[in-house]
Amino acid sequence: MAELNVNPTRMELARIKKSLAVATKGHRLLKDKRDELMRQFLDIMREAKDLREKVEKGLIEANKSLAIAGSVLQREVINSALLLPKQEVTLEVSKKNIMSVDVPVFSTKMRTSAESDIFSYGYAFTGGDLDLAISSLSNVLPELLRLAELEKSAEMLAGEIERTRRRVNALEYVMIPDYRDTIKRITMKLDEAERSNTVRLMKVKDMMIAENIEKKRRENA
Amino acid sequence: MHKIGVLGDYDSICAFAALGLDTVSVESVKEAEESLKNMASGSYGIIYVTERYFKELGSVIENYRESVTPAILPIPQASGFLGVGKERMKKFVEQAVGSDIIYND
Repeated sequence: MAELNVNPTRMELARIKKSLAVATKGHRLLKDKRDELMRQFLDIMREAKDLREKVEKGLIEANKSLAIAGSVLQREVINSALLLPKQEVTLEVSKKNIMSVDVPVFSTKMRTSAESDIFSYGYAFTGGDLDLAISSLSNVLPELLRLAELEKSAEMLAGEIERTRRRVNALEYVMIPDYRDTIKRITMKLDEAERSNTVRLMKVKDMMIAENIEKKRRENA
Repeated sequence: MHKIGVLGDYDSICAFAALGLDTVSVESVKEAEESLKNMASGSYGIIYVTERYFKELGSVIENYRESVTPAILPIPQASGFLGVGKERMKKFVEQAVGSDIIYND
C-alpha cells in the first residue's frame, strides 16, 4: 500500500487526520448518492424496457402496413397524401433534477385529440393500408415521446452512476487506506522517537548517579 | 418551443410526417451525419433515428450524451429489425450496474 510522502511530525499527523475525516464523510455521502441514483435508474429502466418493446412492435406494424401501401400506391400519391399534416405535436422541454443530474422532461401537446381526425387526406385515392400504418403510428406516438424522456434520463444517469462509482471506489480503496497507513506510520515514528528519548534520559540519569557514587566513594576514602 | 425530428431513409420515416413530426430523409451515412448535426444544433428536443443510421453514427451521437437536448434514440426501420434500441439499453445497464441485471433473460 502506497503511503503519502510526508514528514513524520505532529503537525502533519493532525493535518492527515483531518483529511481522513473529510474523506470518510465524503465517501459516505457519495455512497448514498450512488445508491439513490441506482434506484432511480433501475425504476426508469424497468419502465423503459416494456415501453420500448411496445413501441417497437407498433412501429414494425406500421412499417409493414406502409410497405403494403407503398406497393399498391405510387410514391407521389403517398407523398401528397402526407404533405399537409392535420396533426401537430408541440414539445416543451423542462428539466428535472435527479441527484444533481439534470434530466429532461418532455411535455407534448397534440393539436387534434380525436383519434379519427389524424388523416390528412381524403380516402378516395389511397388504400386502407396507409390508414392502418398511420393509425398504428399515431397510437404509439405518446409512448414514443415518453420513451424519449426515459431513455435520455437513463443515458444521463448511467454516466453519472459510473462517475460516482469511480469516486466511491477511489476513496474507499485508495485514499482512505493511504491516509490510514500514513497515520499509522507517523504515529509509530513519533512513538519510537519518544521511546528513544526516554531511554536516552534513563541512560544519562544512570551515568549521573554512577558519577555521584564514584565521587562520594573517593571523598570517603 | 422545441421540434421533434425523424431522421432516416424515406420509406421508414415518411409516415411520421402525417403526425406532424419533422421528417428528414437521407440516403447515405454521410448525409445522415450532416443532417443530424444540423438538427442537433437547431431547436430539436427529440430526434428519432432509424436503427441502421443510428448504428453508423454512434460516435456522433455519443457527443450529445451529456446535454439535456436533443434526446436521440433509435427506431426500427422499414426493412430488417436490428434490435439496436435494446442493445443500447443493455449497455446503459452494464455501465451503471456493472453487469446486466435487467435484460439477462
